[in-house]
Amino acid sequence: MKKIVITIPFIALGLMILCACGPGSQAAEETAEVAETHPLGQASVSDDVSEKNILQVAIGSDAHSTLVAAVQAAQIEHVLVNAGPLTVFAPTNDAFAALPEGTVEDLLKPENKQTLATILTRHAAPGSFNVEGLKKEARKGRKIYMATGDYLEVIVDGEDITVGGAKVIATVQTSNGIINVVDKVILPN
Amino acid sequence: MNTYKKILGYALTLPLLFVVGSCGQGGGNGGALGSGNAERVYVAPGEHDEFYGFISGGFSGQLAVYGLPSGRLFKVIPVFSVDAEKAYGFSEETKPMLETSFGTIPWDDSHHPDLSQTNGEIDGRWCFINANNTPRIARISLSTFETEEIIELPNSAGNHSSSFVTENTEYIVAGTRFSVPIPQRDMPIDEYKGNFKGAISFIEVDQETGRFDLSFQVIMPGFDYDLAHPGRGASHGWMFFTTYNTEEANTLMEVNASQNDKDFIAAINWKKAEELIANGDFETMATEYAHNVYDESTQMATSTIKKEVRTLDASKYPGLVYLLPTPKSPHGCDVDPSGEYIIGSGKLSASLTAHSFTKMIDAIENEKFDGDAYGIPILNYDDIVAGVVQQAGLGPLHTEFDGRGNAYTTFFISSEVVKWKLETWEVLDRAPTYYSVGHLMIPGGNSRKPWGKYLVALNKITKDRYLPTGPELAQSAQLYDISGDKMQLLSDFPTVGEPHYAAGAPADLIKPNQVKLYKLEENNHPHAVKNEKDTRVERNGREVHIYMTTIRSHFAPDNIEGIKVGDKVYFHVTNLEQDYDVPHGISMIGANTSELLIMPGQTETFVWEPKKEGVWPFYCTDFCSALHQEMQGYVRVSARNSNVPLKWSLDGE
Repeated sequence: MKKIVITIPFIALGLMILCACGPGSQAAEETAEVAETHPLGQASVSDDVSEKNILQVAIGSDAHSTLVAAVQAAQIEHVLVNAGPLTVFAPTNDAFAALPEGTVEDLLKPENKQTLATILTRHAAPGSFNVEGLKKEARKGRKIYMATGDYLEVIVDGEDITVGGAKVIATVQTSNGIINVVDKVILPN
Repeated sequence: MNTYKKILGYALTLPLLFVVGSCGQGGGNGGALGSGNAERVYVAPGEHDEFYGFISGGFSGQLAVYGLPSGRLFKVIPVFSVDAEKAYGFSEETKPMLETSFGTIPWDDSHHPDLSQTNGEIDGRWCFINANNTPRIARISLSTFETEEIIELPNSAGNHSSSFVTENTEYIVAGTRFSVPIPQRDMPIDEYKGNFKGAISFIEVDQETGRFDLSFQVIMPGFDYDLAHPGRGASHGWMFFTTYNTEEANTLMEVNASQNDKDFIAAINWKKAEELIANGDFETMATEYAHNVYDESTQMATSTIKKEVRTLDASKYPGLVYLLPTPKSPHGCDVDPSGEYIIGSGKLSASLTAHSFTKMIDAIENEKFDGDAYGIPILNYDDIVAGVVQQAGLGPLHTEFDGRGNAYTTFFISSEVVKWKLETWEVLDRAPTYYSVGHLMIPGGNSRKPWGKYLVALNKITKDRYLPTGPELAQSAQLYDISGDKMQLLSDFPTVGEPHYAAGAPADLIKPNQVKLYKLEENNHPHAVKNEKDTRVERNGREVHIYMTTIRSHFAPDNIEGIKVGDKVYFHVTNLEQDYDVPHGISMIGANTSELLIMPGQTETFVWEPKKEGVWPFYCTDFCSALHQEMQGYVRVSARNSNVPLKWSLDGE
């Protein structure tokens, strides 16, 4: 299995953001630097009472470090902590690793920020679709409208649900919507 | 690109410099930028104020929360008046809060907020405030900023010398302004003198829950009781009240209550009162008063009518009360942080009187009395006075302290704040107010530990101070920096209703205790539903109960049929969100009540009585989310004799 070396600095970035919310921040200076060039908006709100939001859950998930790094590189963290409601189809690290060699590295380059943001946004749908919700969409023949304007088809085959060709392998309820973990990056047709 | 930006930058900077420059030498009142005053009240976007200010709304009946020094308004907490914005007094849960022995009262006149104290220092637990018109005292939680309790006071009228807190919040003390027949009875008004009485209430506070218990009332002569403050330090255990109308007049008071050269400050020894109560030396009087409590667990208020009160007749118990002669209808009754000086502000006098607690005790011990009023000993003015601030201004009203040995008094008639020194009694500074200042506030300025950085003056009249708004103008608060030798006016800001009186505390005392949301698992509301599967509609005769939930961005259920004209429909709505700052609202076309505004994890109820057949929409009234505009539903209303079955659904399921 391929390793994604490039994610490491971004994971560090994620940790810094986490640290900024808790006591004893070791990366305070660096975080301040980040904040200066890139306002985090609602993502900087310190809140230890609410249930975790989509971004916080993703940051806490080892299997999503590439996704989190990509979200941070695209600077769209604030979208994932917004009031929503939002459903995010969250590709695992393996899903990203399965892309052609060099794709992720390329997308993470600053000049590709917009392209990356568009790709990620295609994984987010306004509304709350958990497993039951997805099955209902399939049953009623409704497609899911994604934040980029694409409509993705939901297919149920026995116990398997796929959305835009990506298989849902887990579902997490968060404070501002739903995360459906998927096994593929959903690329445009 | 860069060059372009630079040019643009210069272009923008130049006029800005010009504006700043043009104000630099402005001087007078308008020189805020030049003097740096603007910076001193400027709290940058996203930054927090240093202090909370709790400013009563006077005739609005509410309590407004401001930040200091910015003067930004954060919340108007409904207390004694209904508030459609927050469904206070409209939701089934909060209706009982406004019950009294006179029935439901939708309004009052809120006057003197005071903060809970521990060892004479502000502790950030609760804020208390009095209703002046129909006598009541409220307790507001400083972790939810909601009114949690209201107790009515029997035998009282014009509940003005209230709601003042003893050093450890043992009691909230509330004195009557108007004396009345006790118990109330039908009698000629002109037989007032000697027959009317004044009741001073001592409300015990449970230290864990804050819950009230009207412990006892001291029944006093038929004077008017104006303001009060507790003793502290050595004088802990005493409570001091200014009185006027010691003439006991009952008509044309502006003349007839101003005849005596001196009225009194009444000193009540409440530790002595506690002993009497413990010994059973009291009279139980039949009466009626409402006690309303909001329970955070069931999220509902209940109202109970209590039937009796323990009373102590001040005339009968030696040692319970003494009268301290004080010039000319004193208003403010303020005790310095050490507890030694009791300052009386004779509102028709040009001078302030400071009594000495030590001298008072000495006079009492040596029984140096100058007669009595209805058996209550009157002390000799010359024996107890510590000093007089001579000719300080016109119409002294209220004094607070900075903790550095200075006192600050408002003067209503001469529209100014005067700074003077304790013990030397000399005037140090004076600053005009705009206009006709009533009370003032220094955070902690009526406690053992003032934070003497800012002073807020509360003005009754603004005339030309703001953009005019027709005949009715905003009243105002003015912020002064008092950290230096001279007071400096920094800013003024309009207020809600009449900013009658205020209390303040450092933000750090209150911020850490904030409730962010209500945990669903701790929601014990009897009509709560905790998930969409349990939502339902039940009919019981003509009563229909809708058990509904909200979560971004839909109601469950959102289609309801089988409702009939003449039904009484209860919407019990639980907000399933567990996310900070995500309330949902709901209202129904034609509902004769307000919207609900439901916090995360909370359940609230409104009643709708459909009058017409048809299909009627309801919607979310709080802009909750990106799909807020889609958050709506329908109720089908059929004729009384129809047999449309009761059913409900979400997304057809």
